[in-house]
Amino acid sequence: MTDLLKSYRFREEREGDWKALETLLKRAEGQGVRALSDEDILALPRLYRQAVSSLSVARSISLDTNVIAYLEGLCSRAYFFVYGTRSTFTERMALFFRRDWPRAVRSAGWSTLLAFACLFGAAALSFTLCMIDMDWFWAFHASIFDERTPNASTDYLRSTLYDGGAHSEDALAAFAGQLFSHNSQIALFAFALGFAFGLPTALLLLYNGTIIGAFVALFTDRGLGFEVIGWLMIHGVTELFAIVLAGAAGFVIGQAVAFPGKLSRLASAREAGRRAALIAAGCVVMLFLAALLEGFGRQMINSDAIRYTIAGTTLILWLAYFYVPRVARLDPSLEARA
Amino acid sequence: MSDVAAGAPPGTVEAGRRRRLRLAAAKAQQKYVRDLITPEGAALRLRIATFAERAGAFTLDFIFQWTIVLVVLFSIAFATSRLGFETQNVAGAFFMVFYFILRNFYFIWFEMGRKAATPGKRIVGLRVAARDGSALRADAVFARNFMREIEVGLPFSFLFMGEEGVAGWIALFGLLWAGIFMFFPLFNKDKLRVGDIVAGTWVIHAPKQKLLKDISATANGENRAVFAFTPEQVDAYGIHELQVLEKVLRNSPDDVRAEVAARIRKKIGWQAQPGEADVAFLEAYYAALRRRLEQRMLFGDRKEDKYDR
Repeated sequence: MTDLLKSYRFREEREGDWKALETLLKRAEGQGVRALSDEDILALPRLYRQAVSSLSVARSISLDTNVIAYLEGLCSRAYFFVYGTRSTFTERMALFFRRDWPRAVRSAGWSTLLAFACLFGAAALSFTLCMIDMDWFWAFHASIFDERTPNASTDYLRSTLYDGGAHSEDALAAFAGQLFSHNSQIALFAFALGFAFGLPTALLLLYNGTIIGAFVALFTDRGLGFEVIGWLMIHGVTELFAIVLAGAAGFVIGQAVAFPGKLSRLASAREAGRRAALIAAGCVVMLFLAALLEGFGRQMINSDAIRYTIAGTTLILWLAYFYVPRVARLDPSLEARA
Repeated sequence: MSDVAAGAPPGTVEAGRRRRLRLAAAKAQQKYVRDLITPEGAALRLRIATFAERAGAFTLDFIFQWTIVLVVLFSIAFATSRLGFETQNVAGAFFMVFYFILRNFYFIWFEMGRKAATPGKRIVGLRVAARDGSALRADAVFARNFMREIEVGLPFSFLFMGEEGVAGWIALFGLLWAGIFMFFPLFNKDKLRVGDIVAGTWVIHAPKQKLLKDISATANGENRAVFAFTPEQVDAYGIHELQVLEKVLRNSPDDVRAEVAARIRKKIGWQAQPGEADVAFLEAYYAALRRRLEQRMLFGDRKEDKYDR
């Protein structure tokens, strides 16, 4: 026995435990924590600590590159498992809706106000300009294919607000699907562009605001103001709220990058980025609901009163969900894991 | 490392040049290593993924995504080809939602998974981790992937804008601006892309090294009596040569081994006995050399290579 290398004996004594840890990790990574028995869970921290100490020793006594490389890989895998997130996807989603999303939105109050001001300020401006002189409409006109212009007849404009019922449900589903993917992509853009100090985000909000303002002005000019607001807001409350929040997420990042304050620029970007990403992820959910409302609700409901009722209700629900303070009654073990 | 440089000068100009190159390469490799101190106080050496590896992983993921997209597109088209226009309309809408979800949540889904890596990253051997060593949380995964829009989505949309009649120079400016984001990882030492900065993450190596047989195991017992090396003979080489020999024994074909065996025999002045196998000789010399070098290491004396005294 004295013949053997010290490093070889060292390896021989511990190899079994390393292999045990490896099998355990393989099972956990493949099938999740549920694949581990109670004994496995109890053994894991011991095996992990042993592997880490083996690595430290191996570095100082062994020149076998294979053993050291193996232990480096094994220990980092084990580290990320032991100190990593172990909650399931469903648990994470539950936490997102119950705590993380509303909290992130609440924390971005000033940015939300700024985004709101950009979107609706631009809308008010273009609305006023168009009401003074309808020629301004052409400056804010978005699509050359849209026939809802000052050249259209009032009857035609009225029909665009109420003829949704003529479409079949299949076409409405198609419409909703397109709206969702298009709007969500724009919301994610507003978030990502925030990195350039929030300026492109502001431009995106202003641009969309002017289109809305000009559009409303066109209908108001023909005495359809009340009707067009109902037509817009049945889904617009949810959709515009989501756009405002996506803009706010962009501003949160832009502010953190431009004015990091006491933190380093990297730390500031990281803290803000994670918060803003939660808001942006929530926007996708809101836009999905908005697309359902727009695709089905608006086209099938032709009564102004019901449209306004739905708009008001959704506004109250969103505001209550985001801003009403509440006591979080979360399972503490869930919070620790996530 | 400094004591290595102070070692005796290599015999020839060519050998000296090779040694300097080797040391420079080792130093360059060190640039990618970051120590993560675990709560137990041990240091894990994490290796940061290079730009090329990340680009490779992304290309793979890109191919996977588009394969899925095309397969779904064609199966939808095939399934609805006999049906009416209305149904096709719905199928089209379904496809658009599917495309949006795949485009934005392919990365998120996999990186939130247990391996914290997309299939492309897994193939290249990478994973995502939080830079401060804490758990990788969902918000970080969201942040790093939503940012992809301006890194990849934007350059491509600018590229196609040029064809749709937007002034060419606007498209060029946009391409330039987005190109900065796309090649951002090249310009910082941690190879972070913008999404990594915003999320506080980085991409590191997650190699799956198998534990192989210890070469010194076969060279024990009676083998040691046959191959009795003198102290001068086992002092001929250093750690670098030992590890090259390990690689040769693990991976190289027989003719390379034979050549290496011949060179070592010549260097240490070993007279091959009749019927001596090259592999047996190499394994025995490996064990003897490792024993000697590990002994010296225990006394705090690392002999880095053969020029080191």
